[in-house]
Amino acid sequence: MKQRKFTPMMFLLPGCIILGAFIFYPMIQAIWLSFTDYNMIQQNPDFIGVANYKELFADELFWKVLGQTLLYLIIVVPALVFLPIFLAILVNQQLKGITFFRSIYYLPVVTSMVVVGIAWKWMYADQGVLNFILQSLGIIDDPVHWLTSTSTSLFAIMAVTIWKGLGYYMVIYLAGLQAIPPNLYEAADIDGASKWRQIIHITIPLLMPSIMIVTIMSSISAMKVFEEIYVMTQGGPLNSSMTLVYYIYNQAFDSLEMGYASAAGVILFIVTLMFSIVNIAFMNKREQAMKG
Amino acid sequence: MNQNSEALKQEEQAPLSEDGQKQPYTKPIKLKKHRKKPMLSPRKMWQKTLSYFMLIIVSIIMVGPFLWLLATSLKSGSENIFAYPPQFIPENPTLANFGAVLEYFPFFTYLFNSTVVAILTVGANLLFCSLAAYPLARMEFRGKNIVFILIISTMMIPFQLLMIPIYILALNLGLQNTYLGLVLPHATTAFGIFLMRQAFLTIPYELDESARMDGANAFQIWWRILMPLVKPSMVTLAIFTFMMAWGDFLWPLIILNDQSMYTLPLGVQSLQGNFSSNWRYIAAGSIISVLPIIIVFAILQRYFIEGAMKGAVKG
Repeated sequence: MKQRKFTPMMFLLPGCIILGAFIFYPMIQAIWLSFTDYNMIQQNPDFIGVANYKELFADELFWKVLGQTLLYLIIVVPALVFLPIFLAILVNQQLKGITFFRSIYYLPVVTSMVVVGIAWKWMYADQGVLNFILQSLGIIDDPVHWLTSTSTSLFAIMAVTIWKGLGYYMVIYLAGLQAIPPNLYEAADIDGASKWRQIIHITIPLLMPSIMIVTIMSSISAMKVFEEIYVMTQGGPLNSSMTLVYYIYNQAFDSLEMGYASAAGVILFIVTLMFSIVNIAFMNKREQAMKG
Repeated sequence: MNQNSEALKQEEQAPLSEDGQKQPYTKPIKLKKHRKKPMLSPRKMWQKTLSYFMLIIVSIIMVGPFLWLLATSLKSGSENIFAYPPQFIPENPTLANFGAVLEYFPFFTYLFNSTVVAILTVGANLLFCSLAAYPLARMEFRGKNIVFILIISTMMIPFQLLMIPIYILALNLGLQNTYLGLVLPHATTAFGIFLMRQAFLTIPYELDESARMDGANAFQIWWRILMPLVKPSMVTLAIFTFMMAWGDFLWPLIILNDQSMYTLPLGVQSLQGNFSSNWRYIAAGSIISVLPIIIVFAILQRYFIEGAMKGAVKG
């Protein structure tokens, strides 16, 4: 069992160099930048203490953006936690062609967000299909300006995020469902429990581990929403659909206020860190439960 | 009693012959003596119909927007695409929009760029992650736990915080508008190292021992003994990284300003600018751009879905 001292190092080196150069070093630099006035143009940024953070907390737009990001979270996460459970139950039946339906539901997941955004932008057009359907059903009287009105743009984008994520989380739940012993349902059938009661009393409790995973994953990704906004509204109209990452992107690469944007990035990091800590604590607990 | 047990017997066989799958036991019901196809109970029949009805409704919701885009892309110049109520079936379907859009839209350049970036990213991850995972799973050395914790902790750091320093770094290294610049920041992922370590942990240690007895060095053990045994995890990692690289938008958006280096997502986004409101062309370009991934998905769908199931541990 002899092994030279530097053997493990040699295996670890390539990966660690990349992680070091593209995660650890930028991480430290980002925190440092957040205390400077770096803006791409001047070569030597000045240390300005917490001025960026002060400015950030005094910026009305920042609070608006943070509020919109949290609203995004509050609506998108529950939808992505619960709707896919029902989809998973639906495609977990043994019916002819069921794998075809599973693939269909997974299609938006493999499609790039840019194409999804364009498809939905077209659906949301004033004279588009969505307005037509809702008018035909008598739900709305006049066409809604989904993406061009300040009251609906954020919600219209949320719907796209949910629509694209359904298939992915459905598959995670499907893995969870297939681990539930079928004899539990057989017993419930004999006891005369309805399908609905079986879902509430058997399926949901036994899916709890998957529900936790989906909650954490969808929370972290909702905090980082960017592409759908960039493709469909560019944060508009009047910043009504701007979220935190879009704000950071704008400050850094449009206004070139890199120090200021880094401060906003640190805030994003702190919020996502809280979700991640819950995630890791939960993963450890599950690993221990599986060992014990 | 006799009649009941006979019905039971038939019930046991009926679902089997119906679709070859075992189904949970349900209440015995009266069956006609012998039919070619055993009849389903009205309740089951109703349930099945309802299931298919719901499956189809959801399918329409999931593919509807794509089909509407496809319909728009097939409409000729003489047809009003803003007609209200919308015209779901094109009057005179034509491929003219596709031909026209391909003249201005260098689809094959974008496809080539996306393919190069995806292959390099997948290759780099498979190599570097499995290299790094090997000592973490099967060697004892000082500081092993600290290294592992540091690697895992990188999963918690959002790229959106790092993108500014990485951009500055990439500019200094001359990586703007290069494949290397697109690939390097994602060339190793903590998730990949974690996944490969889990895979290596499941292999019995006796294999390493006996190979070492035969005079194999650590590199040979890794390459010849262990790597062939972790192929399923490699497939999972490959699909996972491929999806990440293929769909990536934010980093290419930052690091590329040369159109000839654009990947597909950036190319499609530029359609919106170039053809501002020519929705026939935008639709046609979008449809062309999703064909490659849909073909790959259609061939490898089993691996895609299994990969997503295994990847669920990722934060």
